[in-house]
Amino acid sequence: MQPIISIKGISKTYASGFTALKSIDLEIRKGEIFALLGPNGAGKTTLISIICGIVNASSGTISADGVDIVHDYRAARSLIGLVPQELTTDAFESVWDTVSFSRGLFGKPADPAYIEKVLRQLSLWDKRRSKMLALSGGMKRRVMIAKALSHEPRILFLDEPTAGVDVELRRDMWEMVRGLRESGVTIILTTHYIEEAEEMADRIGVINRGELILVEDKHALMQKLGQKQLHLHLQTSLETLPATLAHYNLTLSEDGQQLTYTFDAHQETSGIAELLRSLSAQGIDLKDLQSKQSSLEEIFVNLVKGNG
Amino acid sequence: MNINGIRAIYKFEMARTRRTLMQSIASPVLSTSLYFIVFGTAIGSRMGEIDGVGYGAFIIPGLLMLSLLSESISNASFGIFFPKFSGTIYEVLSAPVSPFEIVAGYVGAAATKSLIIGILILATARLFVDYSILHPFWMLAFLLLTALTFSLFGFIIGVWADDFQKLQVIPLMVITPLTFLGGAFYSINMLPEPWQSLTLFNPVVYLISGFRWAFYGVADVNVGLSLGMTLLFMVICLSAVWWIFRTGYRIKQ
Repeated sequence: MQPIISIKGISKTYASGFTALKSIDLEIRKGEIFALLGPNGAGKTTLISIICGIVNASSGTISADGVDIVHDYRAARSLIGLVPQELTTDAFESVWDTVSFSRGLFGKPADPAYIEKVLRQLSLWDKRRSKMLALSGGMKRRVMIAKALSHEPRILFLDEPTAGVDVELRRDMWEMVRGLRESGVTIILTTHYIEEAEEMADRIGVINRGELILVEDKHALMQKLGQKQLHLHLQTSLETLPATLAHYNLTLSEDGQQLTYTFDAHQETSGIAELLRSLSAQGIDLKDLQSKQSSLEEIFVNLVKGNG
Repeated sequence: MNINGIRAIYKFEMARTRRTLMQSIASPVLSTSLYFIVFGTAIGSRMGEIDGVGYGAFIIPGLLMLSLLSESISNASFGIFFPKFSGTIYEVLSAPVSPFEIVAGYVGAAATKSLIIGILILATARLFVDYSILHPFWMLAFLLLTALTFSLFGFIIGVWADDFQKLQVIPLMVITPLTFLGGAFYSINMLPEPWQSLTLFNPVVYLISGFRWAFYGVADVNVGLSLGMTLLFMVICLSAVWWIFRTGYRIKQ
């Protein structure tokens, strides 16, 4: 199947000399929810801004549903809705006016019934006459979503949709995103919350320092990210790992003073209790032990290192 | 052509005008009325005729031009500066609208507002002085051309400005002095040399002179030259706008 978005060799160096993206290749499948995961400053927003036409790429090409986003920008942009990260709104405009404005801007004829439907879906109908400045942060974010949906896009970009959003609204947002996907909209969201990607996405792309480190099916990636490590500091150093411990996922440090046990935090039993019994049976005494879940940041760093 | 897009921007800008009716329409009309009272009625009654036109009537085209220039510039510059400042420009940039459509929406609305103000000032002037319009077609043509050209110029300033101070500096430090020195309140023939010749480098002279010709048939410079200079300035502004969108200057990184 033809990808709905195809990104080839996109790079971006800003006028300041800062390189935000280094040759990104990525394909988004029709109808999926794709999460772009990465720490702050990784290049997520820059990539989205290029696809949406807000920032010019330094090199590379992008097509949306088979049309080039630069040469055939009218056709491409008509397909795309964007909910930016910042809550940038026209303070003095009413909810109704600002959402209707977006629809017109994207070339669609006025359709009050459709706007009403969108506002009702987002629980904004009662607020339709309110000015933007009178709305709470959560409400403003919903309005931003309503604006993005006003022209019936087939691809929706959500840049950090739940940053600074309370738990309830986050749940609502996830519900809404799932509903949109069911109606056939392809969704690309960025986040630096790993749980959000886990909850929502079909596939996950990890981006760091302008490089797309990996793109994987969510389940495969979660397995990797779900690993934990137990560091065991030994009383007396070991020359080699005793054969009786070989079936554990253990590594011995070079100085022989530390054992590292890697296990899957998602499994029902971690195997720690059993390991400790075995160590004790072997007469291996421990000075200290600590368990650690690799943070997202660490995983990124390791991935980047691994990529050379 | 994305007509709905142009209409959306135009309507948005006109709604902004309606929201700030006092500031955007009442204030320029009031300030011009004050000029008429002070210069037209109070001082003007002691002044002789200029080129056969009573002083109160003589200053109408100049005063109208003064408002038209400053209003066109401030409307159009604020219209594009504010979305840039607040960040809402993202939506226009991500929409399927061409540069022409963006400019048509913003500049069209700014020019419309200037025209409304111009006509209101003309009506207000009637309360203070009696005047005639010898060439109504050319009067309207100059009005329209000037409103459009200076709204374009305002759009350029709005794109260029990256803070509120820059937004004000050109209208205050360049346009207002040039208008006052461009014969709004006098005929440049009244100036001694070398000022009379130097004044010819002031582009506003041509605007005011042409406009006054449309009213009373008297002009400081040839009316064809006035029209030519106005069109030339328009072409310069259009080229600058074309360059802005081609390079993404201060709009798109």
